[in-house]
Amino acid sequence: MTAANDVSAGRVTAKPLDYPAVVKECGLTALVMFGLAAGMVAFRIRDVPGGLEIATRFGSVVAITVIGFFGRLAMVLLREGRPFPVLVTALPFAVVMLAALSASRFVEPETAALVEGYLPFGDVVVNWIITIVAFVLAGRAVWALRHTGASARTVSDREEAMDAFAARIQRMARFLGPVLLASAIVLPLLAFAPNLPFLPKVDRRLLDIGILVLTYVMLGWGLNIVVGLAGLLDLGYVAFYAVGAYSYALLATHYDLSFWVCLPFAGLMAATAGIILGFPVLRLRGDYLAIVTLGFGEMIRIILLNWYDFTNGPDGISGIARPSFFGLPFLRKPPEGVETFHSFFGLTYAPIDRIIFLYYLILTMALITNVFTLRIRKLPVGRAWEALREDEIACRSLGINPRNTKLTAFSIGAMFSGFAGSFFATRQGFISPESFTFIESAVILAIVVLGGFGSQIGVVLAAIILIGLPEFFRELQQYRMLAFGAAMVLIMIWRPAGLLAHREPTIRLPEIAKGKSRSGGDAAEAAP
Amino acid sequence: MEYFVQQLINGVTLGAIYGLIAIGYTMVYGIIGMINFAHGEIFMISSFIALIALMVLGLFGITWVPLALLITMIATMVLTSIYGWTLERVAYRPLRGSPRLAALITAIGMSIFLQNYVQLLQGARVKPMQPLFTGGIEIMRRGDFTVLVSYLQIFIWVLTVALMVAFTLVITRTALGRAQRACEQDRGMAGLIGINVDRTISLTFVMGASLGSVAGLIFLLNYGVIDFYIGFLAGMKAFTAAVLGGIGSLPGAMLGGLLIGLIEAFWSGYFTVEYKDVAAFSILVLVLIFRPTGLLGKPDIEKV
Repeated sequence: MTAANDVSAGRVTAKPLDYPAVVKECGLTALVMFGLAAGMVAFRIRDVPGGLEIATRFGSVVAITVIGFFGRLAMVLLREGRPFPVLVTALPFAVVMLAALSASRFVEPETAALVEGYLPFGDVVVNWIITIVAFVLAGRAVWALRHTGASARTVSDREEAMDAFAARIQRMARFLGPVLLASAIVLPLLAFAPNLPFLPKVDRRLLDIGILVLTYVMLGWGLNIVVGLAGLLDLGYVAFYAVGAYSYALLATHYDLSFWVCLPFAGLMAATAGIILGFPVLRLRGDYLAIVTLGFGEMIRIILLNWYDFTNGPDGISGIARPSFFGLPFLRKPPEGVETFHSFFGLTYAPIDRIIFLYYLILTMALITNVFTLRIRKLPVGRAWEALREDEIACRSLGINPRNTKLTAFSIGAMFSGFAGSFFATRQGFISPESFTFIESAVILAIVVLGGFGSQIGVVLAAIILIGLPEFFRELQQYRMLAFGAAMVLIMIWRPAGLLAHREPTIRLPEIAKGKSRSGGDAAEAAP
Repeated sequence: MEYFVQQLINGVTLGAIYGLIAIGYTMVYGIIGMINFAHGEIFMISSFIALIALMVLGLFGITWVPLALLITMIATMVLTSIYGWTLERVAYRPLRGSPRLAALITAIGMSIFLQNYVQLLQGARVKPMQPLFTGGIEIMRRGDFTVLVSYLQIFIWVLTVALMVAFTLVITRTALGRAQRACEQDRGMAGLIGINVDRTISLTFVMGASLGSVAGLIFLLNYGVIDFYIGFLAGMKAFTAAVLGGIGSLPGAMLGGLLIGLIEAFWSGYFTVEYKDVAAFSILVLVLIFRPTGLLGKPDIEKV
């Protein structure tokens, strides 16, 4: 402790620590952590033949309690302007953890197993999280040592820094967008290229992930119209996705219609469903609306599950027609008299052709959604959405019909979801109610929230991070939803407007613009 | 007639569970005006803790049912309350004063987090439990059909009524209850006259969680099957109950819980079991459209 005072004495006016209070605070945290762990972590219910069995994990409980105590202590010390002891404990701890975690790469397996036995948790990912947190604490300590006196960053400072960052991303979007677009266009073509240096091998798996990410980008952009622009929290967005998917699947299997004929129908059906569901409830207040849309989403899923004659219930619909290249199917051995894609263009048959076609299809559909959104934002109805999001009462007094305006946003969002749904059905070839649970809605919402409400490029980045990354790192798959939940909470706490949200005022008075350049405050407020 | 009575008995039992959870929703809504979407997960966690407690007690050889139940109930209430307290402290307190939608998204995030937390820690499989109580009282009989009130159902009713009476006494008679009612009316003013608002809100979450934890225990005893997903549906229905009774009103939550339980029991008894959840959600939508204040709620006036 004296060492810390010596180091920081010249620069920080360190108040003497109130040791009993600190110990009490840390002890309380440790107690709460112990209480949280005592039931759920300490015991694991295992199902064995003939009943249940209980297994214990007392080691983890001890680790959680100890980490709770010292983690809180580190935060208290940082808060009180004593970063040095934090640095000298957190950094070695993190380094040792890192070394132990990567032991298997450097030493023989037996020694590595011995080392791993000493790790605080049985689970690799949890150990990694602890290590990363320790590094973050050490980093903060370094930051505090170098910026002494400035350690008390206020919330508004952080907000301003985040806003500047988001603004930079949005400025970058001018060239980031085209770069992303160009790489998205070029990506499938690399499948034909010979093995290039510095580039990942483009294969079917990569393209499948690309299709998945693009589907979520399209859904995110669609939901962005509803949540980001119109400010209506829709927790049942996946219902319209389901309507689109089932419309296409049923039309295709019963009436043998092609994808291109069904696509507008699917969008229309979803939009109609949006109007029917939205009409009675859109006058409800925000949080009630959210719960009601959640209810609708579940209702549609339950109906799909139980209306056996119509939807084939939990068995789902299989054998849905694959899309054709404007009438030319992707088949190796076509029936007599049918020309296929490869024979028409004189190519040899390759199964990846269809994947590449699907990739470009969803890319086009997503881009149409994006362009539509960008254009409609400039139209009166788009401006009315954003105005309604900001202040409904003011809008009403200005003569905007809130219900009709909300209804357009709701149904247009639903329409794009329906398009995406029919794409999903044709890609999978099989759909069942299992694919349309609340979790899907939550994932799409998480993409919009993480990206920053109303930010188009944010949705793309969020979809790549939230959908693409877990696909590549399979170990993370089971932690994916856990991380989604945690990310939603943390983002709302740090930045309720969304991680990459930055709103440039649409109109700005020239002389005021300089004074309020970064705060994002609107000109109308500053005008008088 | 006999069938009707049997469904009535089942419905009241179901209503006890929904009522106990609904109180958690309605209290939190009353005091900070947010929908604590994660309350259903608190209920789910409590049923897991109850199962774990019962199994651990079984390992120690404590199998005398009243003692085992008492210890389990206390342990469940205490440990679940810690979850409720932490939930408020970590996820909701930093958002005090931010827009309603931000708080709701946090709550949804927390709900997803807790679901997957339990799934990771306890596995995704359904956990069946041997019934603790067996037997019951036969109150009616016609031909093959007997109307049975099981001892478990009697226990559930007595426990629920006792808890609700105790809870009402806490709210109406104690200093904590007065502080809660004051915070409900005007948080700023309550703070000015020396009420520790943060502490009162924390205790509200603790009380809501402990009542919800009893519901979790009852659910475990009554159905004998739990998994990490039960909180979602039960939470939605309990929220429907709170809205039906008038959100923010405590007697309303109890009444709404009872009604939702009865509606569900009769719907599955006389119509189709598959669509019982649709029935509950439809009631939610209809109440919100036609009578957003519920049966016993006060109108919510929005001021500019």
